[in-house]
Amino acid sequence: MNWYLVIDAMPRLLSGALLTLQLAALSVLAGLVIALPLSLLRSSSSGVLSRPVLAYTFVFRGTPLLVQLFVIYYGAGQIEWIRTTSAWIILREPYWCALIAFSLNNAAYTTEILRGGIRAVPAGEVEAAKALGMSYALRTRRIVLPIAFRLALPAYANEVVLMLKASSLASTITIMELTGTSRKIVAQTFSPYEVFISAALIYLAITFVVVKAFARLERHLAHHLERVEKNNGGTDPVHKGPVQELDRDPVLQREAR
Amino acid sequence: MKTLKLMMYAVIATAMVALAQAQDNRTIRIATEGAFPPWNAVDTSGNPVGFDIDVGAALCERAELDCEFQTQAWDGIIPGLTVGKYDAVMAGMSITEKRKQVIAFSNPYALTSNYFVVRKSLDLPALDDSVRIDLSSETEKGKRALQALKENLKGTTIGVQGSTNAEAFVQAHLSDEVEIRTYDKQDNLNLDLVAGRIDGGLADFSVWKAFLESQDGASAELYGPRISGGLFGPGVGIGLRKEDTALASKFNTAIKSIIADGTLETISLKWFGTDVVPQPSDN
Repeated sequence: MNWYLVIDAMPRLLSGALLTLQLAALSVLAGLVIALPLSLLRSSSSGVLSRPVLAYTFVFRGTPLLVQLFVIYYGAGQIEWIRTTSAWIILREPYWCALIAFSLNNAAYTTEILRGGIRAVPAGEVEAAKALGMSYALRTRRIVLPIAFRLALPAYANEVVLMLKASSLASTITIMELTGTSRKIVAQTFSPYEVFISAALIYLAITFVVVKAFARLERHLAHHLERVEKNNGGTDPVHKGPVQELDRDPVLQREAR
Repeated sequence: MKTLKLMMYAVIATAMVALAQAQDNRTIRIATEGAFPPWNAVDTSGNPVGFDIDVGAALCERAELDCEFQTQAWDGIIPGLTVGKYDAVMAGMSITEKRKQVIAFSNPYALTSNYFVVRKSLDLPALDDSVRIDLSSETEKGKRALQALKENLKGTTIGVQGSTNAEAFVQAHLSDEVEIRTYDKQDNLNLDLVAGRIDGGLADFSVWKAFLESQDGASAELYGPRISGGLFGPGVGIGLRKEDTALASKFNTAIKSIIADGTLETISLKWFGTDVVPQPSDN
Protein backbone atom coordinates (compact mmCIF):
# COMPACT_ATOMS: atom_id res chain seq x y z
CA MET A 1 0.00 0.00 0.00
CA ASN A 2 1.22 3.44 -0.97
CA TRP A 3 -0.25 5.61 1.78
CA TYR A 4 0.91 8.82 0.21
CA LEU A 5 -1.23 8.01 -2.81
CA VAL A 6 -4.27 7.33 -0.62
CA ILE A 7 -3.90 10.67 1.16
CA ASP A 8 -3.31 12.40 -2.16
CA ALA A 9 -6.45 10.95 -3.70
CA MET A 10 -8.67 11.41 -0.64
CA PRO A 11 -10.00 14.95 -1.31
CA ARG A 12 -11.07 13.98 -4.83
CA LEU A 13 -12.62 10.74 -3.59
CA LEU A 14 -14.55 12.58 -0.88
CA SER A 15 -15.96 15.10 -3.34
CA GLY A 16 -17.00 12.13 -5.48
CA ALA A 17 -18.59 10.57 -2.40
CA LEU A 18 -20.60 13.76 -1.90
CA LEU A 19 -22.12 13.33 -5.35
CA THR A 20 -22.79 9.65 -4.59
CA LEU A 21 -24.59 10.66 -1.40
CA GLN A 22 -26.60 13.30 -3.20
CA LEU A 23 -27.64 10.93 -5.99
CA ALA A 24 -28.57 8.13 -3.59
CA ALA A 25 -30.45 10.41 -1.17
CA LEU A 26 -32.50 12.11 -3.88
CA SER A 27 -33.29 8.78 -5.58
CA VAL A 28 -34.42 7.21 -2.31
CA LEU A 29 -36.55 10.26 -1.50
CA ALA A 30 -38.17 10.39 -4.93
CA GLY A 31 -38.59 6.61 -4.84
CA LEU A 32 -40.43 6.79 -1.53
CA VAL A 33 -42.75 9.57 -2.74
CA ILE A 34 -43.63 7.52 -5.84
CA ALA A 35 -43.91 4.24 -3.95
CA LEU A 36 -46.29 5.40 -1.21
CA PRO A 37 -49.43 5.81 -3.38
CA LEU A 38 -48.37 2.92 -5.64
CA SER A 39 -48.10 0.51 -2.71
CA LEU A 40 -51.68 1.37 -1.66
CA LEU A 41 -52.89 0.76 -5.22
CA ARG A 42 -50.84 -2.42 -5.37
CA SER A 43 -52.45 -3.82 -2.21
CA SER A 44 -55.93 -2.88 -3.36
CA SER A 45 -58.26 -5.81 -3.95
CA SER A 46 -59.39 -4.29 -7.24
CA GLY A 47 -57.45 -5.72 -10.17
CA VAL A 48 -57.94 -2.56 -12.22
CA LEU A 49 -55.96 -0.62 -9.63
CA SER A 50 -53.33 -3.18 -8.68
CA ARG A 51 -52.43 -4.73 -12.04
CA PRO A 52 -50.88 -1.66 -13.73
CA VAL A 53 -48.69 -1.19 -10.65
CA LEU A 54 -47.75 -4.86 -10.74
CA ALA A 55 -46.72 -4.46 -14.39
CA TYR A 56 -44.52 -1.50 -13.45
CA THR A 57 -42.81 -3.23 -10.55
CA PHE A 58 -42.42 -6.41 -12.61
CA VAL A 59 -40.59 -4.57 -15.40
CA PHE A 60 -38.31 -2.54 -13.13
CA ARG A 61 -37.49 -5.41 -10.79
CA GLY A 62 -37.09 -7.88 -13.62
CA THR A 63 -34.47 -5.97 -15.64
CA PRO A 64 -30.98 -4.88 -14.61
CA LEU A 65 -30.63 -1.29 -13.44
CA LEU A 66 -27.70 -0.81 -15.82
CA VAL A 67 -29.96 -1.67 -18.76
CA GLN A 68 -32.62 0.75 -17.52
CA LEU A 69 -30.00 3.46 -17.19
CA PHE A 70 -28.71 2.86 -20.73
CA VAL A 71 -32.23 2.79 -22.18
CA ILE A 72 -33.01 6.15 -20.58
CA TYR A 73 -29.64 7.74 -21.36
CA TYR A 74 -28.54 6.38 -24.73
CA GLY A 75 -32.00 5.23 -25.85
CA ALA A 76 -33.62 8.62 -25.43
CA GLY A 77 -30.71 10.29 -27.19
CA GLN A 78 -31.15 8.07 -30.23
CA ILE A 79 -34.76 8.99 -30.89
CA GLU A 80 -35.02 12.06 -33.07
CA TRP A 81 -38.37 13.45 -31.89
CA ILE A 82 -37.47 13.28 -28.20
CA ARG A 83 -34.57 15.59 -28.91
CA THR A 84 -36.99 18.21 -30.29
CA THR A 85 -39.28 18.21 -27.25
CA SER A 86 -38.70 20.16 -24.05
CA ALA A 87 -38.12 16.87 -22.21
CA TRP A 88 -34.71 16.87 -23.88
CA ILE A 89 -33.60 19.72 -21.62
CA ILE A 90 -33.75 17.20 -18.77
CA LEU A 91 -32.80 14.04 -20.67
CA ARG A 92 -29.79 15.82 -22.16
CA GLU A 93 -28.10 15.90 -18.75
CA PRO A 94 -26.52 12.66 -17.52
CA TYR A 95 -27.29 13.65 -13.93
CA TRP A 96 -31.04 13.80 -14.53
CA CYS A 97 -31.04 10.57 -16.52
CA ALA A 98 -29.34 8.80 -13.61
CA LEU A 99 -31.76 10.33 -11.12
CA ILE A 100 -34.79 9.24 -13.18
CA ALA A 101 -33.53 5.69 -13.66
CA PHE A 102 -32.54 5.29 -10.00
CA SER A 103 -35.81 6.78 -8.68
CA LEU A 104 -38.02 4.59 -10.87
CA ASN A 105 -36.03 1.49 -9.98
CA ASN A 106 -35.97 2.30 -6.29
CA ALA A 107 -39.72 3.12 -6.33
CA ALA A 108 -40.50 -0.31 -7.83
CA TYR A 109 -38.67 -2.13 -5.04
CA THR A 110 -40.03 0.18 -2.33
CA THR A 111 -43.58 -0.35 -3.62
CA GLU A 112 -43.25 -4.10 -3.17
CA ILE A 113 -41.61 -3.72 0.23
CA LEU A 114 -44.36 -1.42 1.49
CA ARG A 115 -47.02 -3.67 0.01
CA GLY A 116 -45.56 -6.53 2.04
CA GLY A 117 -45.81 -4.33 5.13
CA ILE A 118 -49.42 -3.37 4.37
CA ARG A 119 -50.42 -6.98 3.89
CA ALA A 120 -48.79 -7.92 7.18
CA VAL A 121 -50.84 -5.42 9.21
CA PRO A 122 -52.83 -7.61 11.64
CA ALA A 123 -56.41 -7.94 10.45
CA GLY A 124 -57.64 -7.31 13.99
CA GLU A 125 -56.22 -3.79 14.00
CA VAL A 126 -57.96 -2.94 10.74
CA GLU A 127 -61.20 -4.45 11.96
CA ALA A 128 -60.98 -2.47 15.17
CA ALA A 129 -60.53 0.71 13.16
CA LYS A 130 -63.52 -0.17 11.00
CA ALA A 131 -65.57 -0.90 14.11
CA LEU A 132 -64.76 2.56 15.39
CA GLY A 133 -66.20 3.96 12.18
CA MET A 134 -62.92 5.18 10.69
CA SER A 135 -63.07 5.97 6.96
CA TYR A 136 -60.58 4.31 4.54
CA ALA A 137 -58.45 7.44 4.43
CA LEU A 138 -58.36 7.87 8.17
CA ARG A 139 -57.54 4.27 9.01
CA THR A 140 -54.93 4.13 6.26
CA ARG A 141 -53.26 7.20 7.67
CA ARG A 142 -53.55 6.38 11.35
CA ILE A 143 -53.48 2.60 11.52
CA VAL A 144 -52.37 0.81 8.34
CA LEU A 145 -49.46 2.92 7.12
CA PRO A 146 -47.73 3.44 10.49
CA ILE A 147 -47.85 -0.28 11.24
CA ALA A 148 -46.93 -1.23 7.66
CA PHE A 149 -43.98 1.12 7.64
CA ARG A 150 -42.70 -0.25 10.93
CA LEU A 151 -42.99 -3.81 9.68
CA ALA A 152 -41.33 -2.96 6.35
CA LEU A 153 -38.50 -0.94 7.87
CA PRO A 154 -35.79 -3.65 8.05
CA ALA A 155 -36.38 -4.59 4.39
CA TYR A 156 -36.52 -0.93 3.42
CA ALA A 157 -33.21 -0.19 5.15
CA ASN A 158 -31.71 -2.94 3.03
CA GLU A 159 -33.08 -1.35 -0.12
CA VAL A 160 -31.60 2.04 0.80
CA VAL A 161 -28.16 0.45 1.21
CA LEU A 162 -28.56 -1.33 -2.14
CA MET A 163 -29.48 1.98 -3.78
CA LEU A 164 -26.38 3.62 -2.35
CA LYS A 165 -24.19 0.98 -3.94
CA ALA A 166 -26.19 0.91 -7.18
CA SER A 167 -25.49 4.62 -7.60
CA SER A 168 -22.00 3.56 -8.71
CA LEU A 169 -23.59 2.70 -12.08
CA ALA A 170 -23.88 6.44 -12.73
CA SER A 171 -20.17 6.35 -13.56
CA THR A 172 -21.05 4.55 -16.81
CA ILE A 173 -22.81 7.66 -18.14
CA THR A 174 -19.95 10.13 -17.50
CA ILE A 175 -21.00 11.10 -13.96
CA MET A 176 -17.93 11.45 -11.77
CA GLU A 177 -19.29 10.12 -8.49
CA LEU A 178 -17.23 8.00 -6.09
CA THR A 179 -16.72 5.04 -8.43
CA GLY A 180 -16.21 7.25 -11.50
CA THR A 181 -13.66 9.35 -9.65
CA SER A 182 -11.85 6.23 -8.44
CA ARG A 183 -11.64 4.84 -11.95
CA LYS A 184 -10.29 8.13 -13.19
CA ILE A 185 -7.62 8.26 -10.48
CA VAL A 186 -6.69 4.62 -11.21
CA ALA A 187 -6.30 5.54 -14.87
CA GLN A 188 -3.87 8.29 -13.92
CA THR A 189 -1.89 6.46 -11.27
CA PHE A 190 -2.27 2.82 -12.41
CA SER A 191 -2.71 1.85 -8.76
CA PRO A 192 -6.05 0.06 -8.53
CA TYR A 193 -5.53 -1.42 -5.06
CA GLU A 194 -4.95 1.76 -3.09
CA VAL A 195 -7.66 3.76 -4.82
CA PHE A 196 -10.40 1.13 -4.96
CA ILE A 197 -9.77 0.05 -1.37
CA SER A 198 -10.09 3.69 -0.27
CA ALA A 199 -13.33 4.00 -2.24
CA ALA A 200 -14.63 0.77 -0.72
CA LEU A 201 -13.87 2.08 2.77
CA ILE A 202 -15.81 5.26 2.04
CA TYR A 203 -18.80 3.23 0.83
CA LEU A 204 -18.49 1.08 3.95
CA ALA A 205 -18.48 4.14 6.21
CA ILE A 206 -21.58 5.60 4.55
CA THR A 207 -23.37 2.23 4.74
CA PHE A 208 -22.45 1.96 8.42
CA VAL A 209 -24.06 5.32 9.17
CA VAL A 210 -27.19 4.44 7.15
CA VAL A 211 -27.60 1.08 8.87
CA LYS A 212 -27.11 2.63 12.32
CA ALA A 213 -29.63 5.38 11.57
CA PHE A 214 -32.24 2.84 10.46
CA ALA A 215 -31.63 0.66 13.50
CA ARG A 216 -32.23 3.67 15.69
CA LEU A 217 -35.40 4.60 13.79
CA GLU A 218 -36.60 1.02 14.10
CA ARG A 219 -36.10 1.07 17.85
CA HIS A 220 -37.81 4.44 18.06
CA LEU A 221 -40.88 3.28 16.13
CA ALA A 222 -41.20 0.04 18.07
CA HIS A 223 -40.66 1.69 21.43
CA HIS A 224 -44.19 1.06 22.69
CA LEU A 225 -43.85 -2.64 21.90
CA GLU A 226 -40.69 -3.14 23.88
CA ARG A 227 -40.78 -5.24 26.97
CA VAL A 228 -40.40 -3.01 29.98
CA GLU A 229 -37.54 -4.00 32.22
CA LYS A 230 -38.44 -5.62 35.47
CA ASN A 231 -38.25 -3.76 38.79
CA ASN A 232 -37.37 -0.44 37.22
CA GLY A 233 -40.40 1.27 38.62
CA GLY A 234 -41.67 1.97 35.11
CA THR A 235 -45.28 2.16 34.19
CA ASP A 236 -47.17 0.05 31.74
CA PRO A 237 -47.90 2.41 28.82
CA VAL A 238 -51.06 0.55 27.84
CA HIS A 239 -52.76 0.26 31.20
CA LYS A 240 -51.34 3.43 32.69
CA GLY A 241 -50.62 1.61 35.90
CA PRO A 242 -47.65 -0.05 37.52
CA VAL A 243 -46.01 -2.68 35.37
CA GLN A 244 -47.65 -6.03 35.70
CA GLU A 245 -44.95 -8.54 36.13
CA LEU A 246 -45.81 -11.94 34.81
CA ASP A 247 -43.58 -13.66 37.37
CA ARG A 248 -45.70 -12.35 40.19
CA ASP A 249 -48.99 -13.18 38.55
CA PRO A 250 -50.58 -15.65 40.97
CA VAL A 251 -52.43 -17.47 38.16
CA LEU A 252 -49.34 -17.94 36.01
CA GLN A 253 -47.30 -18.97 39.01
CA ARG A 254 -49.80 -21.64 39.83
CA GLU A 255 -49.83 -22.85 36.22
CA ALA A 256 -46.09 -23.03 36.11
CA ARG A 257 -46.09 -25.40 38.97
CA MET B 1 -7.64 -47.99 -0.31
CA LYS B 2 -4.61 -48.95 -2.35
CA THR B 3 -6.48 -48.37 -5.63
CA LEU B 4 -7.54 -44.95 -4.38
CA LYS B 5 -3.93 -44.00 -3.65
CA LEU B 6 -2.86 -45.26 -7.05
CA MET B 7 -5.58 -43.26 -8.75
CA MET B 8 -4.51 -40.12 -6.91
CA TYR B 9 -0.91 -40.58 -8.05
CA ALA B 10 -2.15 -41.04 -11.60
CA VAL B 11 -4.18 -37.81 -11.44
CA ILE B 12 -1.26 -35.85 -10.00
CA ALA B 13 1.14 -37.22 -12.59
CA THR B 14 -1.19 -36.31 -15.46
CA ALA B 15 -1.65 -32.81 -14.07
CA MET B 16 2.12 -32.33 -13.81
CA VAL B 17 2.71 -33.47 -17.37
CA ALA B 18 -0.02 -31.10 -18.59
CA LEU B 19 1.54 -28.25 -16.60
CA ALA B 20 4.99 -28.91 -18.01
CA GLN B 21 3.60 -28.93 -21.53
CA ALA B 22 1.75 -25.67 -20.90
CA GLN B 23 4.99 -24.03 -19.79
CA ASP B 24 6.92 -25.43 -22.73
CA ASN B 25 5.07 -23.82 -25.60
CA ARG B 26 3.49 -20.99 -23.69
CA THR B 27 0.84 -19.03 -25.55
CA ILE B 28 1.41 -15.28 -25.58
CA ARG B 29 -1.88 -13.76 -24.50
CA ILE B 30 -2.45 -10.34 -26.08
CA ALA B 31 -5.14 -8.05 -24.68
CA THR B 32 -7.09 -5.63 -26.82
CA GLU B 33 -10.05 -3.40 -26.05
CA GLY B 34 -12.40 -4.50 -28.81
CA ALA B 35 -14.25 -1.17 -28.92
CA PHE B 36 -11.87 1.19 -30.68
CA PRO B 37 -12.40 0.67 -34.40
CA PRO B 38 -10.59 0.51 -36.72
CA TRP B 39 -7.77 -0.28 -34.29
CA ASN B 40 -9.70 -3.08 -32.66
CA ALA B 41 -13.31 -4.19 -32.47
CA VAL B 42 -15.26 -7.41 -32.09
CA ASP B 43 -17.12 -9.00 -34.98
CA THR B 44 -20.64 -10.38 -34.75
CA SER B 45 -19.41 -13.68 -33.33
CA GLY B 46 -17.40 -11.94 -30.61
CA ASN B 47 -13.92 -12.43 -32.07
CA PRO B 48 -11.52 -9.49 -31.95
CA VAL B 49 -10.77 -7.94 -35.35
CA GLY B 50 -8.95 -4.80 -36.51
CA PHE B 51 -5.58 -3.25 -37.22
CA ASP B 52 -4.09 -4.30 -33.87
CA ILE B 53 -5.19 -7.88 -34.38
CA ASP B 54 -3.81 -8.12 -37.93
CA VAL B 55 -0.50 -6.53 -36.91
CA GLY B 56 -0.34 -8.81 -33.88
CA ALA B 57 -0.89 -11.87 -36.05
CA ALA B 58 1.81 -10.74 -38.50
CA LEU B 59 4.27 -10.05 -35.68
CA CYS B 60 3.65 -13.39 -33.98
CA GLU B 61 4.17 -15.18 -37.27
CA ARG B 62 7.54 -13.42 -37.76
CA ALA B 63 8.66 -13.99 -34.19
CA GLU B 64 7.38 -17.58 -34.31
CA LEU B 65 5.23 -17.06 -31.26
CA ASP B 66 1.97 -18.75 -30.43
CA CYS B 67 -0.42 -15.85 -29.82
CA GLU B 68 -3.98 -15.48 -28.67
CA PHE B 69 -6.07 -12.29 -28.48
CA GLN B 70 -8.47 -11.53 -25.66
CA THR B 71 -10.60 -8.48 -24.93
CA GLN B 72 -10.26 -6.34 -21.83
CA ALA B 73 -11.97 -3.07 -20.85
CA TRP B 74 -9.70 -0.12 -21.59
CA ASP B 75 -9.54 1.41 -18.13
CA GLY B 76 -8.18 -1.77 -16.58
CA ILE B 77 -5.90 -2.78 -19.41
CA ILE B 78 -2.61 -1.73 -17.77
CA PRO B 79 -3.28 -3.17 -14.29
CA GLY B 80 -4.35 -6.42 -16.01
CA LEU B 81 -0.99 -6.58 -17.73
CA THR B 82 1.06 -5.92 -14.60
CA VAL B 83 -0.76 -8.59 -12.58
CA GLY B 84 -0.28 -11.12 -15.39
CA LYS B 85 -3.79 -11.68 -16.74
CA TYR B 86 -2.12 -11.48 -20.17
CA ASP B 87 1.37 -10.86 -21.53
CA ALA B 88 1.00 -8.00 -23.99
CA VAL B 89 -1.36 -5.16 -24.87
CA MET B 90 -2.11 -4.17 -28.44
CA ALA B 91 -4.97 -1.73 -28.26
CA GLY B 92 -3.94 1.42 -30.11
CA MET B 93 -2.05 2.40 -26.96
CA SER B 94 0.29 5.36 -27.32
CA ILE B 95 3.72 5.26 -25.77
CA THR B 96 3.82 7.91 -23.03
CA GLU B 97 6.23 8.78 -20.24
CA LYS B 98 3.56 8.20 -17.63
CA ARG B 99 2.70 4.71 -18.87
CA LYS B 100 6.41 3.92 -19.17
CA GLN B 101 6.73 4.32 -15.41
CA VAL B 102 4.54 1.26 -14.99
CA ILE B 103 5.00 -0.88 -18.09
CA ALA B 104 7.47 -1.27 -20.95
CA PHE B 105 6.76 -0.67 -24.61
CA SER B 106 7.99 -2.14 -27.85
CA ASN B 107 9.06 0.24 -30.60
CA PRO B 108 6.08 2.01 -32.18
CA TYR B 109 4.12 0.08 -34.81
CA ALA B 110 1.89 3.02 -35.76
CA LEU B 111 1.97 6.80 -35.64
CA THR B 112 -1.14 8.95 -35.87
CA SER B 113 -2.34 12.31 -34.67
CA ASN B 114 -5.27 13.80 -32.82
CA TYR B 115 -8.04 16.06 -34.05
CA PHE B 116 -11.09 17.73 -32.62
CA VAL B 117 -14.44 16.81 -34.12
CA VAL B 118 -17.43 19.09 -33.54
CA ARG B 119 -21.11 19.08 -34.48
CA LYS B 120 -21.70 20.92 -37.73
CA SER B 121 -24.74 22.70 -36.23
CA LEU B 122 -22.39 24.42 -33.78
CA ASP B 123 -21.19 26.77 -36.56
CA LEU B 124 -17.80 27.51 -35.05
CA PRO B 125 -15.61 30.08 -36.85
CA ALA B 126 -13.25 28.38 -39.27
CA LEU B 127 -9.67 27.71 -38.19
CA ASP B 128 -6.58 27.39 -40.33
CA ASP B 129 -6.15 23.61 -40.35
CA SER B 130 -2.94 23.63 -42.35
CA VAL B 131 -1.06 24.60 -39.19
CA ARG B 132 0.01 21.75 -36.95
CA ILE B 133 0.23 21.90 -33.21
CA ASP B 134 3.33 19.95 -32.25
CA LEU B 135 3.52 19.90 -28.49
CA SER B 136 7.16 18.78 -28.41
CA SER B 137 8.50 21.72 -30.44
CA GLU B 138 6.73 24.91 -29.46
CA THR B 139 6.72 27.19 -32.47
CA GLU B 140 5.13 30.66 -32.50
CA LYS B 141 2.67 29.49 -35.14
CA GLY B 142 1.68 26.44 -33.14
CA LYS B 143 1.15 28.49 -30.00
CA ARG B 144 -1.10 30.90 -31.86
CA ALA B 145 -3.07 28.00 -33.33
CA LEU B 146 -3.58 26.51 -29.87
CA GLN B 147 -4.72 29.90 -28.55
CA ALA B 148 -7.23 30.28 -31.40
CA LEU B 149 -8.52 26.78 -30.75
CA LYS B 150 -9.00 27.60 -27.07
CA GLU B 151 -10.93 30.78 -27.83
CA ASN B 152 -13.23 29.16 -30.35
CA LEU B 153 -14.05 26.18 -28.18
CA LYS B 154 -14.73 28.30 -25.10
CA GLY B 155 -18.01 27.36 -23.39
CA THR B 156 -18.51 24.11 -25.27
CA THR B 157 -18.79 20.62 -23.83
CA ILE B 158 -16.04 18.33 -25.05
CA GLY B 159 -16.03 14.55 -24.69
CA VAL B 160 -12.93 12.40 -24.40
CA GLN B 161 -12.34 8.77 -23.69
CA GLY B 162 -11.06 8.25 -20.16
CA SER B 163 -7.41 7.28 -19.57
CA THR B 164 -6.35 8.47 -23.03
CA ASN B 165 -3.83 11.09 -24.14
CA ALA B 166 -6.76 13.10 -25.47
CA GLU B 167 -8.10 13.31 -21.93
CA ALA B 168 -4.70 14.33 -20.62
CA PHE B 169 -4.51 17.05 -23.29
CA VAL B 170 -7.91 18.65 -22.58
CA GLN B 171 -7.27 18.46 -18.84
CA ALA B 172 -3.94 20.21 -19.29
CA HIS B 173 -4.85 22.83 -21.89
CA LEU B 174 -8.63 23.32 -21.99
CA SER B 175 -9.94 22.64 -18.49
CA ASP B 176 -10.71 26.35 -17.94
CA GLU B 177 -12.39 26.86 -21.29
CA VAL B 178 -14.59 23.81 -21.82
CA GLU B 179 -16.68 21.37 -19.82
CA ILE B 180 -15.01 17.95 -20.04
CA ARG B 181 -17.04 14.73 -20.12
CA THR B 182 -15.16 11.47 -19.77
CA TYR B 183 -16.45 8.36 -21.52
CA ASP B 184 -15.54 4.74 -20.99
CA LYS B 185 -15.81 3.96 -24.69
CA GLN B 186 -15.38 5.96 -27.87
CA ASP B 187 -18.66 4.43 -29.17
CA ASN B 188 -20.60 6.06 -26.33
CA LEU B 189 -18.87 9.37 -26.94
CA ASN B 190 -19.95 9.20 -30.60
CA LEU B 191 -23.55 8.45 -29.58
CA ASP B 192 -23.66 11.50 -27.32
CA LEU B 193 -22.05 13.67 -29.98
CA VAL B 194 -24.81 12.70 -32.42
CA ALA B 195 -27.47 13.18 -29.73
CA GLY B 196 -26.09 16.64 -28.99
CA ARG B 197 -25.23 16.04 -25.35
CA ILE B 198 -21.70 17.13 -26.14
CA ASP B 199 -20.52 19.64 -28.73
CA GLY B 200 -17.34 17.91 -29.75
CA GLY B 201 -14.63 15.48 -28.89
CA LEU B 202 -10.92 14.94 -29.16
CA ALA B 203 -9.50 11.65 -30.39
CA ASP B 204 -7.16 9.99 -32.78
CA PHE B 205 -7.74 10.68 -36.48
CA SER B 206 -8.05 7.00 -37.27
CA VAL B 207 -10.89 6.71 -34.75
CA TRP B 208 -12.73 9.72 -36.16
CA LYS B 209 -12.36 8.44 -39.71
CA ALA B 210 -14.57 5.42 -39.05
CA PHE B 211 -17.14 7.59 -37.28
CA LEU B 212 -17.23 10.42 -39.82
CA GLU B 213 -17.72 7.96 -42.67
CA SER B 214 -20.68 6.36 -40.90
CA GLN B 215 -24.24 7.61 -41.30
CA ASP B 216 -24.30 9.07 -37.80
CA GLY B 217 -21.08 10.92 -38.39
CA ALA B 218 -22.61 13.04 -41.15
CA SER B 219 -23.65 15.63 -38.57
CA ALA B 220 -20.07 16.13 -37.40
CA GLU B 221 -16.82 17.36 -38.92
CA LEU B 222 -13.11 17.63 -38.20
CA TYR B 223 -12.23 20.95 -36.61
CA GLY B 224 -8.99 22.78 -36.24
CA PRO B 225 -5.38 21.76 -36.58
CA ARG B 226 -3.71 18.41 -36.17
CA ILE B 227 -2.33 17.92 -32.66
CA SER B 228 0.62 15.66 -31.91
CA GLY B 229 3.87 15.34 -29.98
CA GLY B 230 4.43 16.09 -26.30
CA LEU B 231 2.07 14.14 -24.12
CA PHE B 232 0.72 12.31 -27.18
CA GLY B 233 4.03 10.45 -27.36
CA PRO B 234 6.08 8.93 -30.18
CA GLY B 235 3.36 6.59 -31.43
CA VAL B 236 1.51 3.41 -30.69
CA GLY B 237 3.46 0.49 -29.22
CA ILE B 238 2.91 -2.93 -27.70
CA GLY B 239 2.53 -2.72 -23.94
CA LEU B 240 4.66 -5.29 -22.09
CA ARG B 241 5.70 -6.04 -18.56
CA LYS B 242 9.04 -4.44 -17.68
CA GLU B 243 10.68 -7.76 -16.84
CA ASP B 244 9.73 -9.40 -20.17
CA THR B 245 12.74 -8.00 -22.04
CA ALA B 246 13.17 -11.12 -24.18
CA LEU B 247 9.61 -10.80 -25.47
CA ALA B 248 10.16 -7.08 -26.14
CA SER B 249 13.22 -7.71 -28.30
CA LYS B 250 11.41 -10.46 -30.21
CA PHE B 251 8.57 -8.04 -30.98
CA ASN B 252 10.99 -5.24 -31.92
CA THR B 253 12.78 -7.44 -34.44
CA ALA B 254 9.43 -8.50 -35.87
CA ILE B 255 8.21 -4.88 -36.14
CA LYS B 256 11.37 -3.93 -38.03
CA SER B 257 10.82 -6.84 -40.35
CA ILE B 258 7.15 -6.08 -41.19
CA ILE B 259 7.98 -2.41 -41.77
CA ALA B 260 10.86 -3.33 -44.09
CA ASP B 261 8.89 -5.66 -46.37
CA GLY B 262 5.74 -3.50 -46.52
CA THR B 263 3.47 -5.87 -44.59
CA LEU B 264 2.63 -3.15 -42.06
CA GLU B 265 1.77 -0.67 -44.81
CA THR B 266 -0.60 -3.18 -46.40
CA ILE B 267 -2.38 -3.73 -43.08
CA SER B 268 -2.46 0.02 -42.46
CA LEU B 269 -4.07 0.71 -45.84
CA LYS B 270 -6.56 -2.07 -45.25
CA TRP B 271 -7.87 -0.63 -41.97
CA PHE B 272 -7.20 3.11 -42.11
CA GLY B 273 -7.07 3.83 -45.83
CA THR B 274 -3.92 5.80 -45.05
CA ASP B 275 -0.35 5.13 -44.07
CA VAL B 276 0.24 5.07 -40.30
CA VAL B 277 3.61 3.32 -40.50
CA PRO B 278 6.07 5.06 -38.16
CA GLN B 279 9.27 6.59 -39.56
CA PRO B 280 12.16 4.11 -39.68
CA SER B 281 14.18 6.54 -37.55
CA ASP B 282 11.74 5.84 -34.74
CA ASN B 283 12.85 2.25 -34.63
